[in-house]
Amino acid sequence: MSLFSFMGTLEIGLIFGLVAMGVYLTFRVLDFPDLTVDGSFTLGAAVTAALIVSSVNPYLATFAGCLAGAAAGVVTAWLNLRFNILHLLASILTMTALYTINLRVMGKPNLALITDPTVLTPFEGLGLANMYLKPLFVGVFVITVGILLALFLRTQYGLAMRAVGANKRMAQANGIVVKEKVYAGLALSNGLVALAGALFAQTNGFADSTMGIGTIVVGLAAVIVGETLLSSRKMLIIIFSCIVGSILYRLAIGFALNADFLGFNASDLNLITALLVGLALVLPQLRKEWKAKQAAIKANGGDA
Amino acid sequence: MKFTTIVKAAALAAGVLCTTAQAADQTYIATTAIVEHPALDSVRAGIKDSLMENGYTEDNLKFTFESAQGSPATAVQIARKMVGDEPDLIVAIATPSAQAAVTASENIPVIFSVVTDPLGAKLVSNIEKPGGNVTGLSDMLPLAQQLELLQEIMPNLKTLGVPYNPGEPNAVSSVEALKVIAKEKGIKIIEAPAPKSSDVAFASQKLIGKADAIYCPIDNTIISALEAVVKTGIDGQIPVFAADTDSVARGAIAALGFNYYDLGKQTGELVLRVLNGENAGDIPVKFAEGTNLAINPKMAARMGIEIPASVTARATQVIE
Repeated sequence: MSLFSFMGTLEIGLIFGLVAMGVYLTFRVLDFPDLTVDGSFTLGAAVTAALIVSSVNPYLATFAGCLAGAAAGVVTAWLNLRFNILHLLASILTMTALYTINLRVMGKPNLALITDPTVLTPFEGLGLANMYLKPLFVGVFVITVGILLALFLRTQYGLAMRAVGANKRMAQANGIVVKEKVYAGLALSNGLVALAGALFAQTNGFADSTMGIGTIVVGLAAVIVGETLLSSRKMLIIIFSCIVGSILYRLAIGFALNADFLGFNASDLNLITALLVGLALVLPQLRKEWKAKQAAIKANGGDA
Repeated sequence: MKFTTIVKAAALAAGVLCTTAQAADQTYIATTAIVEHPALDSVRAGIKDSLMENGYTEDNLKFTFESAQGSPATAVQIARKMVGDEPDLIVAIATPSAQAAVTASENIPVIFSVVTDPLGAKLVSNIEKPGGNVTGLSDMLPLAQQLELLQEIMPNLKTLGVPYNPGEPNAVSSVEALKVIAKEKGIKIIEAPAPKSSDVAFASQKLIGKADAIYCPIDNTIISALEAVVKTGIDGQIPVFAADTDSVARGAIAALGFNYYDLGKQTGELVLRVLNGENAGDIPVKFAEGTNLAINPKMAARMGIEIPASVTARATQVIE
């Protein structure tokens, strides 16, 4: 993998780190499998791109994209809480609706930003080559958001949110307003995912109606790979592991792209990626089993 | 035992290095597409064949291909990988892959293909002189050629009725473009808006007596209810033409469309020009030429016209 390619991989991994945080929030903290993200990732990109194209300040546009994502999360929560629609189905409904909404927001299936100002524009005159500037900017941005999220989850409110996911009845018995926490959690989660979409559109020059497809899979893979490699109960490390998991997922794709010397071709990409991620998930388990076996042998005096 | 393992590993590593290392006199073309489907795969085959026909061989040409398997995020990663590999030229097929390549590449020439609207996609800022390191092939519908075909079949064509859905951005833009070209050719366009597929029959019936012929643009609403337009054509003795060749089998009289392998060949010509030393930014964006001509003589008779022999002679597909 060339340096240029590595920097690009790092940048995309960092951006999807935000997606992983969002998925962690719903999937792990709230225990609410949320497929809205496939739509809200594109929504963040679409809203931001549409505003930038109509000459709105990129930072303001990014913030608006983030808010739009949060609103999508609220809709899913509302369908689930108000009408008792199963969470999976509620999120599929929102995701489906968002496809059309995204087309409307953009006015066409693909909106280009190649020549427009972005959040990166103010830093472009500093003499740092784009291949370093982009991952550096995205890195600082994503890590800052990650630290803020970890701090938030350690506040009284954040703890209450975690309690809701861990044990809804217990949380209710302790006076936590469960519904409000679900609303807030889904809004925050989809806001983060939309933020990722907004950043992706700006660093890569386009928003496309298909860009959100599979976001949930990428997010889940990142969360699980991160958890497997860095298991911890400390909030900051958990959030950090989301980012690391996301980068590792992208490195796996990067490796798969370079796997042609092993006799693979372009159409095998998704399979190789799945195998690599699968390997990352299986290895720690195998190692644990092997260690347990070794310990058992030792306990038996080494003659087993 | 151990020594042989090391030797084997070293041999494997050397093999890997040799295959990835690139001979100095090899031309390296990196191609990428957003997805793999028959049309896009034909484009790639066309590009490679046009290079092979012009002196390149399996020995002096390194031709790689990556598919993003539908994911724009992967398309971006592929673009970064390609730029890092420093090929002589990048060919990016379809809009998101092209945008990713243009954003990633600063020095390596990028040739895009199968991009309908390169200006709207901001791949180039000027069609005649793209500037920078980018040029390519647009598969914008060959509207002028299509109208010429209509005039050849119906020399007295003065008014053309166009049913379309005003809510479909692609249809709206193609009707706008059609109006400009029709005016140059002395044809008046009568719009027949049909926002839903259930409106298509009524919209086309309104054209009876007002238009000499009906032309169905590429519009999902109209295409999904094409049979309603065809029925109007038969009942009202008004010939129905289409923008896509697939509609001819469903009852349109004729259509001029693309053969995607030929689009690859047309893209290959641009690739060759850049390889021969021209600066990509100086080569005007090329608009694809329609090469598939489908006709339906039986339906033409039912709608009251005859397809001239000159058209029949060059048809690539005749619906019996």
